Amino acid sequence: MKNSKNTKKVSWKSFNGLNVLIIFSVVVFLFFPREGARVYRVVGQNILFMLEIIPPIFLLLGLFDVWVSREKVTQHLGDRSGLKGTGISIALGALAAGPLYAAFPIAEVMLRKGTSLRNIFLFIGAWSTMKIPMLLFELQSLGARFALTRYAMSFLGIFCIAFFLDKLLLSEDKQNIIKRLKE
Amino acid sequence: MDPSTLILYGVVIGCLLISFSKDRKKTREVLIKAWKSFFMILPAFLTVIFIMGFVVVFIPEKTIAVYIGERSGFIGYLISSLVGAITLIPGFVAFPMAKMLLDNGAGIAQMAVFISTLMMVGVVTAPLEASFFGWKATIGRNLIAYFYSFVVGYVVWMVVRI
Repeated sequence: MKNSKNTKKVSWKSFNGLNVLIIFSVVVFLFFPREGARVYRVVGQNILFMLEIIPPIFLLLGLFDVWVSREKVTQHLGDRSGLKGTGISIALGALAAGPLYAAFPIAEVMLRKGTSLRNIFLFIGAWSTMKIPMLLFELQSLGARFALTRYAMSFLGIFCIAFFLDKLLLSEDKQNIIKRLKE
Repeated sequence: MDPSTLILYGVVIGCLLISFSKDRKKTREVLIKAWKSFFMILPAFLTVIFIMGFVVVFIPEKTIAVYIGERSGFIGYLISSLVGAITLIPGFVAFPMAKMLLDNGAGIAQMAVFISTLMMVGVVTAPLEASFFGWKATIGRNLIAYFYSFVVGYVVWMVVRI
């Protein structure tokens, strides 16, 4: 439902910074040919490496975005949703696309539909650090051990965060949050 | 191409075929979305790869190692965690960045701390977060996430080192 959020215009203007860098690199190349050539080699290698692994990941992002309707699932995430609710909240965050601040408005909608605060925090946590397409990209660029360990630790972490936030916030704070989000 | 990349291509192409057989219009939408999000990230992506190119060529490995290397100690953690907490680098840009730094002297724990804080802590977006959840929850979440990131860094370092 938040798919229409992608309203930022795709334009060539955003390449301006890059133009400056390319001109700079030419200047560097003219004055320090050896270092300049090395810069081009490093940049070229990395672009090639990334082009190899990026297309499937972005296609996956598109697939998630179009086929996973968040609205239908959020109805089963209330206070009594138990383990299933926990699982769905995390899955929703992990299947998401976009920066963390895009998750806040979605969390708002979820809360309005009766999702418990604990599940909201789990959703925010999963969104921030457990996104599947990101994991795939991390696996490819930084290796399986690095990526999987970090993923497992993140999984633990979002439970810790949800648990401590639950303890930290008095019931009056919680009421305030719910009231604010429902306004 | 490495086998895991091939598997990834296989899975995604399979999913696309299923999607196409179920709904052509939606599949078109999928392709457009994929292209758009790729194009949107492209400038930042190329810019960072270029800057990192300069960094790894002109800053000696030794210097990178002193500040964020395996033996950089507390300073290394502090620098990587602060950069991660404050900046708004998209993950798709951060991973190649971390990889290039790792190849050129940066430490594993430091890069894990950087990525973890980058994703879980948002100083710049805190006001926005607070407008939804209030300051108490926002500060609580960010602080816990910040300190937890050091644990993540330590554990990742241990596992990768084995």
